[in-house]
Amino acid sequence: MKVTGSEALIKSLLEEGVDTIFGYPGGAIMPIYDALYSYMDKVNHILTRHEQGAIHAAQGFSRVSGKVGVCFATSGPGATNLITGIADAQIDSTPLVCITGQVPSHLLGTDAFQESDVIGISMPVTKWNYQITSSQEIPEIISKAFYIAKSGRPGPVLIDITKDAQFSDLNFKYKRCEKIRSYHPYPILDENKVSDAAELIDKSKRPMILVGQGVLLSNAEKELIEFSEKSGIPMASTLLGLSAVSCNHKNYVGYLGMHGNYGPNVKTNECDLIIAIGMRFDDRVTGDTSKYAINAKVIHIEIDPSEIDKIIKTEVAINADAKEALINLIPKIKKRSHEGWINEFKECDKLEYDKIIDKEINNKEDKILMAEVVNKISNLTKGNAIVVTDVGQHQMVTSRYYKFNKPNSNITSGGLGTMGFALPAALGSKIGKKSREVIAIIGDGGIQMTIQELATISQYKIGVKILILNNNFLGMVRQWQELFFDNRYSFTEMENPDFNVISDGYRIKNNIVERKKDLDDAIEEFINFKGPYLLNVIVEKEENVFPMVPSGESVSNIRLE
Amino acid sequence: MKGKGIYQVKGSEKKVKEYTLSVLTEDKAGLLNHITIIFNRRKMNIKSLNVSTTEVNGVSRFTIVVNSTKEKIIKILNHINKLIDVLGAFLYEENEIYFQEIALYKLSTKIFMKGDIVEKIIRKHGAKILEIEEEHTIIQKTGSKKETQNLYNDLDKFGGILEFARSGRVALSKKKRKTINFLKELEKTKSNKLNI
Repeated sequence: MKVTGSEALIKSLLEEGVDTIFGYPGGAIMPIYDALYSYMDKVNHILTRHEQGAIHAAQGFSRVSGKVGVCFATSGPGATNLITGIADAQIDSTPLVCITGQVPSHLLGTDAFQESDVIGISMPVTKWNYQITSSQEIPEIISKAFYIAKSGRPGPVLIDITKDAQFSDLNFKYKRCEKIRSYHPYPILDENKVSDAAELIDKSKRPMILVGQGVLLSNAEKELIEFSEKSGIPMASTLLGLSAVSCNHKNYVGYLGMHGNYGPNVKTNECDLIIAIGMRFDDRVTGDTSKYAINAKVIHIEIDPSEIDKIIKTEVAINADAKEALINLIPKIKKRSHEGWINEFKECDKLEYDKIIDKEINNKEDKILMAEVVNKISNLTKGNAIVVTDVGQHQMVTSRYYKFNKPNSNITSGGLGTMGFALPAALGSKIGKKSREVIAIIGDGGIQMTIQELATISQYKIGVKILILNNNFLGMVRQWQELFFDNRYSFTEMENPDFNVISDGYRIKNNIVERKKDLDDAIEEFINFKGPYLLNVIVEKEENVFPMVPSGESVSNIRLE
Repeated sequence: MKGKGIYQVKGSEKKVKEYTLSVLTEDKAGLLNHITIIFNRRKMNIKSLNVSTTEVNGVSRFTIVVNSTKEKIIKILNHINKLIDVLGAFLYEENEIYFQEIALYKLSTKIFMKGDIVEKIIRKHGAKILEIEEEHTIIQKTGSKKETQNLYNDLDKFGGILEFARSGRVALSKKKRKTINFLKELEKTKSNKLNI
């Protein structure tokens, strides 16, 4: 069947099961948009208001649904506007296929209008990229793109298509890619390593499981619980691992890292064995690596061989998919219990509760604290919502206080720490999982980085709830300035616009809470409303997030105040 | 050492040594850039680089020489192995490979007129006269960097070196392996899909 390159692209996407595209048209991608016009009944295209919005939306969509997120952008500025999202998806292992238009091939390298070397620019931040200059290549390259994006450790793929390739004809035939000889996404599990790991696990006295996003990406939630329950080993979660385990599970001991819970951080240096599953020992988790896990042997279950021994030396490395590794590991370990050890975590929890949590969630002061807002939302939604956060204090507070109960519910920019992520990611998340409540929790700084996406939410009536925790500060930077830069608040205070007037302008229902007594009712209305809703909560201006492991210090030095 | 897959170092090897990486890749545009940015990101200088075809059609070989600790270079190697179009990256120390570089020396032909001393030097070093022109003469020497440098130093005493160029290292492993068999192994593996 003879079709144009553009039509071949749309047909290829349909072959891959794509039903949603986030994008923004422009000159060099117009033939593709023209082809899309004929397929409107088969594929839903969401027009965002900025390419960065499109890619973060695709990320949110992917992370809640497990599908590959797809976005379109034009050449030049359209393509460069995707880069932040691509880098974010790369470091947080999110499968994306980004399609960018490119100037006609005879103009490549001539500084033509809206030409940028997006292949060169995106090289260090994509899992794979490729420039198509002939329409003949389209089906094969698109099938490769999807295979690479979603297999193994997932990541973003960028395909740049010159305008002439979009226009010219080809005979369309599609075959799904199943193999690339130079690419081996699923390492063969080494049974001996599994046995070595089982031996260490059976001998350990104070073991601890570190749950990373790899558990979610490999759908190993059930196996993880089985492993923890059989071995009796407590589980702590990284930021991106949150929601893999229900926060209510008896073996769940909390959140790791710089603003994580007290117990899992201090116990890192008291445990004798770490079983790290699908996580990469980010510096926000480890603090000073020379003083990390000082008494522990480390078992690392990790699909990406380049992550093994990258930061922390392992005793046993199981280079495999997390689910596959756990399925093989569970029958090899003994049934045990570590009640005494788990109780030590509970004692830490009590200390943290008395020193921090109690004062925050039962705050008697008139000013509203971020923690009490998040806690109320967590209780009201019973931990069942998808929570999308931006970057900063509100993100850390949400990670600490939202009690996730269902997998794939914590959508946040972890590795890259991209402010502006939450609003577009939330709209993408809602489209990816329409049946679930999606709540975006965003600071007053972050929302202004992608605030234009309120228009997208309004146009498509995407029922996301948007909570602004508004302290008129870039709060996390201010906190560091207070603690480590001698209170020199260099350019962190903001005179904000009236977010409610802005929300009115976008025709999104909204409310503002300034007084504590209005908070409960406002949150209830916010949660129960059907449709998009923006709630602007004015919180304490100079609140600090604790506990805190100061940057570059040992996790043992976690500060409670 | 194997190509794709996991490389681990036991203990911590902090000694800086010369390492040769031999990277087999699909013959794709842009790969050189892909590989060099991995070094650049970690601020590691490449001492020598050579890209060439291999005996297998469509397969290229990158030979890269660096000074590094084993720990550092293994992290880089693992990253190179992660590139989609890389078939396999191999790490070698000097005693594990046959390797050569080639150097060309452009000398003023006049210095040959000063008796046979220059000729003796060339003979001593096992170098070869490639071309004699009225103005200049081209000498060619293959060997290790040290050997080509020794010849340079000897010739330099006469002040007649007009231009000098040295190639990147080319190296082949002392192992029995054949590229084609390595590729066959790659194609046989079941690591293309999840086996559960």
